[in-house]
Amino acid sequence: MDQGIITAIRTVPLDHYVLLSFLLFGIGAAGVALRRNTIIVLMCIELMFNSVNLLLAAFSAHHSDPRGQVFVFFIMLVAAAEVTVGLSILVMMKRIVDSVDVNQLNRLKG
Amino acid sequence: MAALFYILAAISVISALTVVGARNPVNSVIALVVCFLSIAGHYVLLNAQFLAMVHVIVYTGAIMVLFLFVIMLLNLNKPGGPRKSLAMRLAAAVAGGLLFLTLAAAVRQGVAITPAAGFDPGVGLVRHVGQVLFTEFLLPFEVSSVLFLSAIVGVVMLAKKDKDEAPDPHITGPERARRTA
Repeated sequence: MDQGIITAIRTVPLDHYVLLSFLLFGIGAAGVALRRNTIIVLMCIELMFNSVNLLLAAFSAHHSDPRGQVFVFFIMLVAAAEVTVGLSILVMMKRIVDSVDVNQLNRLKG
Repeated sequence: MAALFYILAAISVISALTVVGARNPVNSVIALVVCFLSIAGHYVLLNAQFLAMVHVIVYTGAIMVLFLFVIMLLNLNKPGGPRKSLAMRLAAAVAGGLLFLTLAAAVRQGVAITPAAGFDPGVGLVRHVGQVLFTEFLLPFEVSSVLFLSAIVGVVMLAKKDKDEAPDPHITGPERARRTA
């Protein structure tokens, strides 16, 4: 049983997890630059968070060190707090400038 | 097992591309939910069961529903909206691709994994993660609850509607007339 899990974890080389998370991170970063809709920019940030989480979890599993997964847990907590604040800023922005275009945020005051 | 990984990887990449490319924000949210579920599948493949459950509950259950709420609240569920010019979009796509290429080239020699002496496949089980979380990382865990409290207070403060909100001097024309009316 345990041997099965070990071989299952180790059949996929760590490099492939690294490449997958780089790919997801690149897509997220391109999305932040590509889109003007603030809510989609926030979603792309979430995508980048998740690519990093996946990388940490993969390294943690391959090195059999649970601390990496605890870190992923903390990143999830911070991401949840960040999303709530970001979305409330978005709601305020919609109320004040009546738009969700990030280009409308080019002035800090008002 | 390896085939499962590649299928899940393809699902994650395609849905991530859909998140960026979709015209309708609701489609983006649904694609992101699919992407997160496939990442939860990756966690299961890594035998990180605790992370897989927390990921599904926190991300797909809470965060994405919050996104959907905000989209519905602000009435953004229609396609279109602001778009960047073709040159800007091309530049952004190239920049993202170059970022991926740079990162991939940096680890092209391969990531050396020294197999752990006593390889323990059960590191992702709730028991192991919980032991580390509540001994070694107890203080950060408690501090994160303070972070959440401040996030709650901040969100309530930010999203609260001001009763006597002064009209924004930058808003002019019919929009201003509509607001001051």
